[in-house]
Amino acid sequence: MGKLYKHHLFWPLCILAALLLFNLFYSPDFFSITMHDGHLYGSLIDILNFGAPLILVAIGMTLVVATKGIDLSVGSIVAISGALACLTISKGTDQNALGLIVISILLAVGLSVLLGAWNGLLVSVAGIQPIIATLILMVAGRGIAQLVTGGQIITVSSSKYSYIGSGALATLPFSIFVVVLMLIVALLLTRKTSLGLFIESVGCNPTASLMAGIRANWVILSVYVFCGVCAGIAGLILSSNVSSADGNNAGLWYELDAILAVVIGGTSLNGGRFYLTGTVIGALIIQTLTTTIYMIGVPPEITLVVKSFVVLAVCLIQSDSFRAAIFYRWKTRHYPGEKESIRHVS
Amino acid sequence: MSTQKPILQMKQIHKRFPGVKALSNVNLRLFPGEVHALMGENGAGKSTLIKVLTGVYSIDEGSVEMEEAPISVQSPLESQAAGISTVYQEVNLCPNLTVAENIFIGREPRKFGRILWKEMNKRAQEILSERLNLQIDVTEPLYMYSVAVQQLVAIARALNISAKVLILDEPTSSLDKNEVQQLFRIMEKLKQDGLAILFVTHFLDQMYEISDRVTILRNGEFVGEYMAKDLPRLDLVLKMIGKELNLLEELPSLAEEYKDSLGEELVKADGLGRKGAIEPFDLSIHKGEVVGLAGLLGSGRTEAARLFFGADKPDSGKLIFSGRSEGVHTPREAIGRRIAFCSENRKTEGIIGDLTVRENIILALQAKQGVFRTISRKQQEEYADEYIRMLNINPPSPDHLIKNLSGGNQQKVLLARWLLTSPQLFILDEPTRGIDIGAKAEIQKLVLSLSRQGMSFLFISSELEEVLRVSGRIAILRDRHKVKEISGKDMSQHQIMQAIAGG
Amino acid sequence: MSLNRKYIPIVVTILLFLLMFTAGSFRYTGFFSLQVLMNLLIDNAFLLITAVGMSFVILSGGIDLSVGSIIALSTMVSASLVQQHGWSPAVVIPLVLLMGAAFGCGMGAIIHYFKIQPFIVTLAGMFMARGLCYVISIDTITIDNPFYTSVAQTKIALPGGSFISISAIIALIIAALAIFIAHYTRFGRNVYALGGSEQSSLLMGLPVARTKVLVYTLSGLCSALAGIVFTFYMLSGYGLHAVGFELDTIAAVVIGGTLLTGGVGYVLGTFFGVLIQGVIQTIISFEGTLSSWWTKIVIGLLLFVFILLQRVLSANRSSLKQ
Repeated sequence: MGKLYKHHLFWPLCILAALLLFNLFYSPDFFSITMHDGHLYGSLIDILNFGAPLILVAIGMTLVVATKGIDLSVGSIVAISGALACLTISKGTDQNALGLIVISILLAVGLSVLLGAWNGLLVSVAGIQPIIATLILMVAGRGIAQLVTGGQIITVSSSKYSYIGSGALATLPFSIFVVVLMLIVALLLTRKTSLGLFIESVGCNPTASLMAGIRANWVILSVYVFCGVCAGIAGLILSSNVSSADGNNAGLWYELDAILAVVIGGTSLNGGRFYLTGTVIGALIIQTLTTTIYMIGVPPEITLVVKSFVVLAVCLIQSDSFRAAIFYRWKTRHYPGEKESIRHVS
Repeated sequence: MSTQKPILQMKQIHKRFPGVKALSNVNLRLFPGEVHALMGENGAGKSTLIKVLTGVYSIDEGSVEMEEAPISVQSPLESQAAGISTVYQEVNLCPNLTVAENIFIGREPRKFGRILWKEMNKRAQEILSERLNLQIDVTEPLYMYSVAVQQLVAIARALNISAKVLILDEPTSSLDKNEVQQLFRIMEKLKQDGLAILFVTHFLDQMYEISDRVTILRNGEFVGEYMAKDLPRLDLVLKMIGKELNLLEELPSLAEEYKDSLGEELVKADGLGRKGAIEPFDLSIHKGEVVGLAGLLGSGRTEAARLFFGADKPDSGKLIFSGRSEGVHTPREAIGRRIAFCSENRKTEGIIGDLTVRENIILALQAKQGVFRTISRKQQEEYADEYIRMLNINPPSPDHLIKNLSGGNQQKVLLARWLLTSPQLFILDEPTRGIDIGAKAEIQKLVLSLSRQGMSFLFISSELEEVLRVSGRIAILRDRHKVKEISGKDMSQHQIMQAIAGG
Repeated sequence: MSLNRKYIPIVVTILLFLLMFTAGSFRYTGFFSLQVLMNLLIDNAFLLITAVGMSFVILSGGIDLSVGSIIALSTMVSASLVQQHGWSPAVVIPLVLLMGAAFGCGMGAIIHYFKIQPFIVTLAGMFMARGLCYVISIDTITIDNPFYTSVAQTKIALPGGSFISISAIIALIIAALAIFIAHYTRFGRNVYALGGSEQSSLLMGLPVARTKVLVYTLSGLCSALAGIVFTFYMLSGYGLHAVGFELDTIAAVVIGGTLLTGGVGYVLGTFFGVLIQGVIQTIISFEGTLSSWWTKIVIGLLLFVFILLQRVLSANRSSLKQ
């Protein structure tokens, strides 16, 4: 029992369970799932389907955060990738040609790799702080996305393309399979190769990692590339779901939701240990919260207030000073450096 | 001078940290118009004493008196207000502000809340030129100037707070010879002005050049206060290291038995050096040999070792591997040449705190093998178990986070990490510091047995017995120079001490 | 030394502005006029006010992502109180300013006392302020209060037939005040010291806690004021006002030559950074064929150039230390 309590998934799962439980009482419809022409419908399915892009972006973000970094540009990459794919398809003569779809997907993912590599190079080689380095693409990326779409919303009418985001495979939304596939890729990359070990090592102690012979720059570059790819695929799902690309609004606020998902999932913003499954649950929590608020009839924008409290609460719990402030409030006088040294000695 | 009364007195100071006694029963007297050196090896308690005096740490027991009246130093501000000013080792100023601001910030001359820049610049110029003989443009940002000048600016700031006591915490450690002389001239001048200067240093020559009085600490305890001119160099070193001369019996060296049979040369440093770290030196290491590096703290021991490992880039000389000259530019290249380096900074350059013992053990080997040739979980556990048993790591569980282990056990994990890469040359920088005696002996034995199997070592330690016990040859460093190399019968504590003391 | 190194970024900024303005003047008829210049100020008054607050935050080594949301919240609170509850603007405006300051103060306190990264705290603040807007109302609230409309319509004539708005004058006053605070008060210098090295500031006995909290308070206050000015400009309150505005603000500060790691920069630079953004927009609108998104791309490009420039300069700086 004590072990269960300490498991890193314990708290995220509890929150998720509490949310579901609330829905069970408040809106019993929440759990009903119906079948329509081979598709399953229902709130739970919606959460998975609409949450898919967020989960993807958050998976990529987890690895970046584990290296003590952050990627603010994911929302822009989501928009660019969707825009490029839709543009390629809309230029084609037969929008349903499989070859065209494949090319457009490859183009979009290829561009995402480049954008991720750009971020990675700025952080690793140029040595610019991650927040600042990725800010550049966050600002310029929106412009690039609008440049691609020509400032309009590009709509495509390709049933094959829209299959990615709204098709069904074995009665479940296809996007879920994409997410599961990427999650498996990420898990294999980090747990079956030693990349995961190196990421944690670099995030926890860069100097010591260098001294142990780890190529920190390569590790950092690869996580930003992976994060770019995840965002790119998320962009495909998102644009395919609505069969259109909106350079201005696609993927707006995704970077923030993704960071929130990572933090809720138990990965610290200070780098080091990371938890991919925790992140997935974190993203599901966010999506469930949004859906719940929708269902109980409160304006969905109020989710933001709830999110802000969740961010603060999680960060305060992770903050040493906050815990110290609670536990040692009365005991110690303020000697700068003393607490520091006590922490070093013990 | 001895008739004078001390301006500042610290009496029977005690300071404890959880599990560590940092200072016990330490006394310190500072006299006006004197330079008072504070000396001691690593962990002697010098910096703790200063932090206590400047209000950064609290005092557990004991009192501080200024001009015979007890004062309280509970914060840096209080200490400053009492007339105690400190210039820290790493200059604690803001490099982005101008020189004048750095001297005045917090006490800028103002009129109706408006800072009078002209007035401030003028006064800054005055202080620098009149008291420190320094003519520089005070409106330039501080980062434009060398560390030496920054140090002087820090002193100017201290003087401007109308200091009675000036603490200089290892001010010379990043200065070159001329800059040190410039600083000393200024210290002489300030001494004439009646200031009491506490000079913390680990350079013996410098201590003798400038100091009137010296207080020695060892392991947090007060060894004694002496007049510098009455204290022979050798005595000083003995007191710092903690040996009485007559007790210096020649210890039987474990190294004796094998040191005649030298293998082929493995690596040779040829004029290897780095400005501000270690002057160019030659040193060759043979197969299966343990070479000791002896010297006081700051003598360039660690700096020399880092050059071997590519952790710092040399700006002169080269490394020669079995006759071929090749550069080692990064730790990764060094590891490729089968060199391992156990840093003295276990926390910052060694352990990865949030990872388990097992992961820390396999880290270097895995890095060497690359991302895709992953060591299987089962293999990892076998390695971990093997080394946990071999090195007696406690708790004997590979899944503990390394940050929760004691220092000695962390050290053993790091040894395991490097041994797993089967190095040819293993550089150990203070491998036994902060470790209990049992573990110490184990590590020493391990070094000897591995060297018999053909592994070479570069062994750095502040403890002479230890260096003597394991080394076949010892290179001695003083003030960033390699001064002597001794081997065989010549190796004795006495010999080493004399070389360290120099003069 | 002909040009002092510390002035390089700001000189680059000012030259860039002049270059752009000259280029625009040669290319487009009617570009070179006092009124175009004034319009830069009129259209970007709220950006200037926010950027001034942000300059202090970034100079102190922090960042504030909540500014756009606080602007939106200010427009919302103003509109709601004035329009729906019939309060007097004389009460509402001080109240909104107080609210902004208190919001910033709270964030600053959390950042300092609990040592959480400013980025994440102000992110939470951003969510919260944006969400609070919707608590008030989901829809736009239009303002037709005579005070607001008259302020919005007042044009102060300048010699030469051009005019300037009240908002622009407020912005100029704020910028001038900020320059004074940054360079001639202890608080201002403490902000620079804090951005240079927090540890040194502590050891030099500077009031680190107070300075840090004040910096965020100031930024909150500026954002609220910008929100009021924005209300004059839009004559409405809306939860989607100034979305993504924090990025424009940060970009203006960085293009103005302020080091994102803190400690180096000038409020005057920020002033020109704002003008550069304005000129880019003006050129693009004069061009006619260019679309608005080029603004973002050009700003992103400028951000990149300036960040790289700072990186190179600070690399030189550390090599000088050796």
